[in-house]
Amino acid sequence: MSSLLEVNSLTKKYGNLTALNNLNFELESGHIIGLLGPNGSGKTTLIKIICGLLQPTSGSVMVEGNPVGVESKKVISYLPDTTYLGNAASVQETIDFFMDFYEDFDQDRAYDMLGKLGIDPSAHLRTLSKGTREKVQLILVMSRRADLYILDEPIAGVDPAARDYILNTIITNYDEKASILISTHLISDVENILDEVIFLKQGEIVRFCGVDEIRSNEGKSVDGLFREVFKC
Amino acid sequence: MSWNLDSDRPIFIQIIEHLEYDIVSGSMPPGAKVPSVRELASEAAVNPNTMQRALSEMERQGLMRTERTSGRYVTDDESVITSLKKNLASVGVDGFIKQMKRLGLDREEVLKLVKDNY
Repeated sequence: MSSLLEVNSLTKKYGNLTALNNLNFELESGHIIGLLGPNGSGKTTLIKIICGLLQPTSGSVMVEGNPVGVESKKVISYLPDTTYLGNAASVQETIDFFMDFYEDFDQDRAYDMLGKLGIDPSAHLRTLSKGTREKVQLILVMSRRADLYILDEPIAGVDPAARDYILNTIITNYDEKASILISTHLISDVENILDEVIFLKQGEIVRFCGVDEIRSNEGKSVDGLFREVFKC
Repeated sequence: MSWNLDSDRPIFIQIIEHLEYDIVSGSMPPGAKVPSVRELASEAAVNPNTMQRALSEMERQGLMRTERTSGRYVTDDESVITSLKKNLASVGVDGFIKQMKRLGLDREEVLKLVKDNY
Protein backbone atom coordinates (compact mmCIF):
# COMPACT_ATOMS: atom_id res chain seq x y z
CA MET A 1 0.00 0.00 0.00
CA SER A 2 3.01 2.26 0.33
CA SER A 3 3.32 2.59 -3.42
CA LEU A 4 1.77 5.91 -4.29
CA LEU A 5 2.79 6.05 -7.90
CA GLU A 6 3.81 3.20 -10.13
CA VAL A 7 5.24 3.78 -13.58
CA ASN A 8 5.63 0.68 -15.73
CA SER A 9 7.57 0.53 -19.01
CA LEU A 10 6.32 3.96 -19.92
CA THR A 11 7.20 5.18 -23.39
CA LYS A 12 6.13 8.34 -25.14
CA LYS A 13 6.94 9.17 -28.73
CA TYR A 14 6.23 12.37 -30.57
CA GLY A 15 6.47 11.14 -34.15
CA ASN A 16 10.04 10.01 -34.57
CA LEU A 17 11.20 11.59 -31.36
CA THR A 18 11.26 9.37 -28.29
CA ALA A 19 10.54 11.67 -25.35
CA LEU A 20 10.36 8.94 -22.71
CA ASN A 21 11.98 5.58 -23.20
CA ASN A 22 10.72 2.66 -21.13
CA LEU A 23 10.59 4.27 -17.70
CA ASN A 24 10.05 2.12 -14.62
CA PHE A 25 9.87 3.49 -11.10
CA GLU A 26 7.75 3.73 -7.98
CA LEU A 27 7.23 6.56 -5.55
CA GLU A 28 6.34 6.03 -1.92
CA SER A 29 4.25 8.16 0.37
CA GLY A 30 5.81 10.80 2.57
CA HIS A 31 8.75 11.74 0.39
CA ILE A 32 9.92 14.82 -1.44
CA ILE A 33 11.40 13.81 -4.76
CA GLY A 34 13.29 16.03 -7.17
CA LEU A 35 12.78 15.37 -10.86
CA LEU A 36 15.93 16.76 -12.41
CA GLY A 37 17.19 16.87 -15.93
CA PRO A 38 18.35 19.31 -18.60
CA ASN A 39 15.96 21.01 -20.98
CA GLY A 40 14.17 18.58 -23.23
CA SER A 41 14.93 15.53 -21.08
CA GLY A 42 11.25 14.63 -20.74
CA LYS A 43 10.39 16.03 -17.30
CA THR A 44 7.26 17.86 -18.33
CA THR A 45 6.16 15.03 -20.64
CA LEU A 46 6.40 12.59 -17.73
CA ILE A 47 4.48 14.92 -15.45
CA LYS A 48 1.76 15.50 -18.03
CA ILE A 49 1.27 11.78 -18.50
CA ILE A 50 0.97 11.25 -14.74
CA CYS A 51 -1.60 14.04 -14.63
CA GLY A 52 -3.57 12.62 -17.54
CA LEU A 53 -2.88 15.48 -19.93
CA LEU A 54 -0.99 13.32 -22.41
CA GLN A 55 -1.51 9.75 -23.45
CA PRO A 56 1.50 7.43 -23.29
CA THR A 57 2.53 5.59 -26.44
CA SER A 58 2.88 2.44 -24.35
CA GLY A 59 3.19 1.39 -20.74
CA SER A 60 1.11 2.36 -17.74
CA VAL A 61 0.90 4.71 -14.78
CA MET A 62 -0.96 3.69 -11.62
CA VAL A 63 -1.79 6.13 -8.83
CA GLU A 64 -2.67 4.41 -5.56
CA GLY A 65 -3.59 1.36 -7.59
CA ASN A 66 -5.87 3.22 -9.99
CA PRO A 67 -5.13 4.06 -13.61
CA VAL A 68 -4.85 7.74 -14.51
CA GLY A 69 -8.37 9.18 -14.53
CA VAL A 70 -10.97 10.69 -12.22
CA GLU A 71 -9.69 8.82 -9.17
CA SER A 72 -6.06 9.73 -9.73
CA LYS A 73 -6.88 13.38 -10.36
CA LYS A 74 -8.65 13.56 -7.01
CA VAL A 75 -5.44 12.79 -5.16
CA ILE A 76 -2.95 14.68 -7.31
CA SER A 77 -2.47 18.41 -6.99
CA TYR A 78 -0.63 19.68 -10.05
CA LEU A 79 1.20 22.91 -10.69
CA PRO A 80 1.84 23.28 -14.43
CA ASP A 81 4.85 25.12 -15.79
CA THR A 82 2.65 27.64 -17.55
CA THR A 83 0.01 29.95 -16.23
CA TYR A 84 -3.51 28.61 -16.52
CA LEU A 85 -5.53 31.07 -14.51
CA GLY A 86 -7.83 33.43 -16.39
CA ASN A 87 -7.15 37.13 -16.22
CA ALA A 88 -10.65 38.26 -15.51
CA ALA A 89 -11.05 36.99 -11.98
CA SER A 90 -9.72 38.24 -8.67
CA VAL A 91 -7.63 36.09 -6.37
CA GLN A 92 -10.64 35.62 -4.12
CA GLU A 93 -12.87 34.50 -6.99
CA THR A 94 -10.22 32.06 -8.08
CA ILE A 95 -10.13 30.59 -4.58
CA ASP A 96 -13.92 30.22 -4.66
CA PHE A 97 -13.57 28.45 -7.98
CA PHE A 98 -11.05 26.03 -6.52
CA MET A 99 -13.36 25.47 -3.53
CA ASP A 100 -16.11 24.39 -5.91
CA PHE A 101 -13.79 22.28 -7.94
CA TYR A 102 -11.80 20.33 -5.36
CA GLU A 103 -13.37 18.76 -2.30
CA ASP A 104 -9.99 18.67 -0.54
CA PHE A 105 -9.33 22.41 -0.93
CA ASP A 106 -8.54 24.16 2.36
CA GLN A 107 -9.61 27.78 2.11
CA ASP A 108 -8.09 28.87 5.43
CA ARG A 109 -4.72 27.60 4.37
CA ALA A 110 -4.90 29.57 1.13
CA TYR A 111 -5.83 32.86 2.84
CA ASP A 112 -3.19 32.31 5.48
CA MET A 113 -0.47 31.90 2.86
CA LEU A 114 -1.71 34.86 0.84
CA GLY A 115 -1.48 36.98 3.97
CA LYS A 116 2.05 35.84 4.73
CA LEU A 117 3.19 36.67 1.21
CA GLY A 118 1.38 40.00 1.34
CA ILE A 119 -0.94 39.28 -1.57
CA ASP A 120 -4.26 41.13 -1.54
CA PRO A 121 -7.13 38.63 -2.14
CA SER A 122 -9.25 41.26 -3.82
CA ALA A 123 -6.57 42.00 -6.43
CA HIS A 124 -7.34 41.05 -9.99
CA LEU A 125 -5.02 38.48 -11.47
CA ARG A 126 -4.24 40.64 -14.47
CA THR A 127 -2.86 43.35 -12.17
CA LEU A 128 -0.36 40.97 -10.58
CA SER A 129 3.22 40.61 -11.71
CA LYS A 130 4.36 37.34 -13.23
CA GLY A 131 6.13 36.31 -10.03
CA THR A 132 3.14 37.13 -7.83
CA ARG A 133 0.85 35.19 -10.13
CA GLU A 134 3.17 32.20 -9.80
CA LYS A 135 2.96 32.52 -6.04
CA VAL A 136 -0.85 32.56 -6.22
CA GLN A 137 -0.82 29.42 -8.37
CA LEU A 138 1.49 27.64 -5.98
CA ILE A 139 -0.68 28.66 -3.01
CA LEU A 140 -3.74 27.24 -4.78
CA VAL A 141 -1.97 23.98 -5.48
CA MET A 142 -0.52 23.62 -1.97
CA SER A 143 -3.86 24.44 -0.34
CA ARG A 144 -5.34 21.16 -1.44
CA ARG A 145 -5.03 18.20 0.89
CA ALA A 146 -3.70 15.94 -1.80
CA ASP A 147 -1.67 12.75 -1.58
CA LEU A 148 0.69 13.68 -4.36
CA TYR A 149 1.75 17.19 -5.26
CA ILE A 150 3.41 17.57 -8.62
CA LEU A 151 5.15 20.88 -9.07
CA ASP A 152 6.58 21.69 -12.47
CA GLU A 153 9.18 24.45 -12.04
CA PRO A 154 7.56 25.97 -8.95
CA ILE A 155 10.17 28.57 -8.07
CA ALA A 156 11.65 29.58 -11.40
CA GLY A 157 10.02 32.99 -11.58
CA VAL A 158 10.08 34.22 -8.01
CA ASP A 159 12.65 36.22 -6.08
CA PRO A 160 15.06 34.47 -3.66
CA ALA A 161 13.28 35.67 -0.51
CA ALA A 162 9.92 34.39 -1.71
CA ARG A 163 11.67 31.22 -2.85
CA ASP A 164 12.73 30.56 0.75
CA TYR A 165 9.20 31.19 1.91
CA ILE A 166 7.77 28.90 -0.75
CA LEU A 167 10.15 26.08 0.10
CA ASN A 168 9.26 26.55 3.72
CA THR A 169 5.59 26.41 2.77
CA ILE A 170 6.24 23.18 0.96
CA ILE A 171 8.01 21.67 3.97
CA THR A 172 5.48 22.77 6.55
CA ASN A 173 2.28 22.29 4.59
CA TYR A 174 2.40 18.81 3.35
CA ASP A 175 1.42 16.08 5.71
CA GLU A 176 3.47 12.99 6.36
CA LYS A 177 1.43 10.78 4.10
CA ALA A 178 1.74 13.03 1.08
CA SER A 179 4.58 13.07 -1.41
CA ILE A 180 5.86 15.90 -3.53
CA LEU A 181 7.45 15.57 -6.94
CA ILE A 182 9.30 18.74 -7.89
CA SER A 183 10.77 19.34 -11.29
CA THR A 184 13.34 22.11 -11.41
CA HIS A 185 16.66 23.39 -12.70
CA LEU A 186 17.36 25.33 -9.52
CA ILE A 187 18.90 22.37 -7.77
CA SER A 188 20.97 24.16 -5.20
CA ASP A 189 17.90 25.99 -3.94
CA VAL A 190 15.84 22.87 -3.39
CA GLU A 191 18.31 20.12 -2.68
CA ASN A 192 18.24 20.47 1.09
CA ILE A 193 14.56 19.68 1.22
CA LEU A 194 14.67 16.63 -1.04
CA ASP A 195 14.66 13.00 0.05
CA GLU A 196 15.37 11.52 -3.33
CA VAL A 197 16.23 12.58 -6.82
CA ILE A 198 15.42 11.23 -10.23
CA PHE A 199 17.86 12.24 -12.95
CA LEU A 200 16.27 12.15 -16.37
CA LYS A 201 18.47 12.18 -19.45
CA GLN A 202 17.05 11.99 -22.96
CA GLY A 203 13.93 10.24 -21.74
CA GLU A 204 15.69 7.72 -19.54
CA ILE A 205 16.29 7.53 -15.81
CA VAL A 206 20.02 7.64 -15.20
CA ARG A 207 19.84 7.93 -11.41
CA PHE A 208 17.20 7.38 -8.79
CA CYS A 209 18.62 7.58 -5.29
CA GLY A 210 18.57 9.27 -1.93
CA VAL A 211 20.23 12.67 -1.71
CA ASP A 212 22.24 11.92 1.43
CA GLU A 213 23.44 8.80 -0.37
CA ILE A 214 24.91 11.01 -3.09
CA ARG A 215 26.56 13.25 -0.51
CA SER A 216 28.09 10.43 1.50
CA ASN A 217 29.02 8.13 -1.39
CA GLU A 218 30.30 10.70 -3.81
CA GLY A 219 31.16 13.57 -1.49
CA LYS A 220 29.35 16.06 -3.65
CA SER A 221 26.18 18.02 -3.65
CA VAL A 222 23.27 17.03 -5.86
CA ASP A 223 23.97 20.17 -7.83
CA GLY A 224 27.60 19.08 -8.27
CA LEU A 225 26.58 15.60 -9.39
CA PHE A 226 24.06 17.04 -11.81
CA ARG A 227 26.70 19.24 -13.42
CA GLU A 228 28.91 16.18 -13.78
CA VAL A 229 26.28 13.81 -15.19
CA PHE A 230 24.94 16.37 -17.63
CA LYS A 231 28.20 18.00 -18.58
CA CYS A 232 27.87 19.55 -22.01
CA MET B 1 16.21 30.99 9.44
CA SER B 2 18.68 28.70 7.77
CA TRP B 3 21.37 26.72 9.56
CA ASN B 4 24.06 27.24 6.94
CA LEU B 5 24.10 23.65 5.87
CA ASP B 6 26.62 22.57 3.36
CA SER B 7 25.23 20.77 0.31
CA ASP B 8 28.09 18.38 -0.23
CA ARG B 9 27.94 16.59 3.12
CA PRO B 10 24.98 14.50 4.29
CA ILE B 11 22.41 16.88 5.73
CA PHE B 12 21.37 14.66 8.63
CA ILE B 13 24.95 14.54 9.90
CA GLN B 14 25.18 18.31 9.83
CA ILE B 15 21.87 18.60 11.66
CA ILE B 16 23.21 16.31 14.38
CA GLU B 17 26.37 18.41 14.68
CA HIS B 18 24.31 21.58 14.94
CA LEU B 19 22.07 20.15 17.66
CA GLU B 20 25.02 18.68 19.53
CA TYR B 21 26.52 22.14 19.78
CA ASP B 22 23.17 23.49 20.96
CA ILE B 23 23.10 20.88 23.71
CA VAL B 24 26.72 21.30 24.81
CA SER B 25 26.56 25.09 24.77
CA GLY B 26 23.44 25.01 26.90
CA SER B 27 21.12 26.73 24.44
CA MET B 28 19.23 23.44 24.64
CA PRO B 29 19.77 22.64 28.35
CA PRO B 30 19.48 19.17 29.93
CA GLY B 31 15.89 18.05 30.20
CA ALA B 32 14.64 20.78 27.85
CA LYS B 33 11.82 20.00 25.47
CA VAL B 34 12.95 19.61 21.89
CA PRO B 35 10.77 21.47 19.36
CA SER B 36 8.71 19.31 17.03
CA VAL B 37 10.25 17.74 13.95
CA ARG B 38 8.24 20.08 11.80
CA GLU B 39 9.30 23.23 13.64
CA LEU B 40 12.95 22.22 13.52
CA ALA B 41 12.70 21.22 9.87
CA SER B 42 11.22 24.55 9.01
CA GLU B 43 13.83 26.42 11.05
CA ALA B 44 16.67 24.54 9.38
CA ALA B 45 14.96 24.62 5.96
CA VAL B 46 15.32 20.89 5.51
CA ASN B 47 13.00 18.02 4.77
CA PRO B 48 11.09 16.75 7.84
CA ASN B 49 12.15 13.17 7.05
CA THR B 50 15.79 14.21 7.27
CA MET B 51 15.17 15.99 10.58
CA GLN B 52 13.36 12.91 11.89
CA ARG B 53 16.29 10.76 10.92
CA ALA B 54 18.75 13.06 12.72
CA LEU B 55 16.64 13.13 15.89
CA SER B 56 16.22 9.35 15.92
CA GLU B 57 19.96 8.98 15.60
CA MET B 58 20.48 11.33 18.55
CA GLU B 59 18.01 9.29 20.54
CA ARG B 60 19.95 6.18 19.72
CA GLN B 61 23.08 7.88 21.05
CA GLY B 62 21.25 8.71 24.27
CA LEU B 63 21.31 12.48 23.75
CA MET B 64 17.53 12.71 23.56
CA ARG B 65 14.62 10.64 24.69
CA THR B 66 11.00 10.45 23.66
CA GLU B 67 8.21 10.40 26.16
CA ARG B 68 5.25 8.63 24.76
CA THR B 69 2.68 11.35 25.00
CA SER B 70 4.54 14.56 25.61
CA GLY B 71 7.28 14.67 23.00
CA ARG B 72 11.01 14.65 22.85
CA TYR B 73 13.45 15.92 25.47
CA VAL B 74 17.16 16.56 25.77
CA THR B 75 18.72 13.99 28.07
CA ASP B 76 19.10 15.06 31.71
CA ASP B 77 22.04 12.73 32.16
CA GLU B 78 24.86 15.25 32.58
CA SER B 79 27.53 12.59 32.09
CA VAL B 80 26.34 11.96 28.52
CA ILE B 81 26.57 15.68 27.79
CA THR B 82 30.00 15.97 29.39
CA SER B 83 31.36 13.13 27.30
CA LEU B 84 29.84 14.67 24.17
CA LYS B 85 31.55 17.93 25.04
CA LYS B 86 34.86 16.11 25.39
CA ASN B 87 34.39 14.43 22.04
CA LEU B 88 33.55 17.63 20.23
CA ALA B 89 36.47 19.41 21.89
CA SER B 90 38.92 16.71 20.93
CA VAL B 91 37.73 16.73 17.32
CA GLY B 92 38.24 20.50 17.29
CA VAL B 93 41.68 20.25 18.85
CA ASP B 94 42.77 17.51 16.42
CA GLY B 95 41.82 19.73 13.51
CA PHE B 96 43.65 22.64 15.05
CA ILE B 97 46.81 20.64 15.65
CA LYS B 98 46.81 19.38 12.07
CA GLN B 99 46.52 22.91 10.82
CA MET B 100 49.34 24.14 13.04
CA LYS B 101 51.53 21.27 11.87
CA ARG B 102 50.91 22.30 8.30
CA LEU B 103 52.13 25.74 9.24
CA GLY B 104 55.29 24.07 10.53
CA LEU B 105 54.85 25.00 14.20
CA ASP B 106 56.12 22.62 16.87
CA ARG B 107 54.41 21.69 20.12
CA GLU B 108 56.09 24.35 22.26
CA GLU B 109 55.38 27.14 19.80
CA VAL B 110 51.75 26.12 19.55
CA LEU B 111 51.32 25.91 23.32
CA LYS B 112 52.87 29.33 23.71
CA LEU B 113 50.58 30.79 21.04
CA VAL B 114 47.54 29.26 22.69
CA LYS B 115 48.53 30.63 26.09
CA ASP B 116 49.20 34.09 24.69
CA ASN B 117 45.97 34.27 22.73
CA TYR B 118 43.42 32.44 24.86
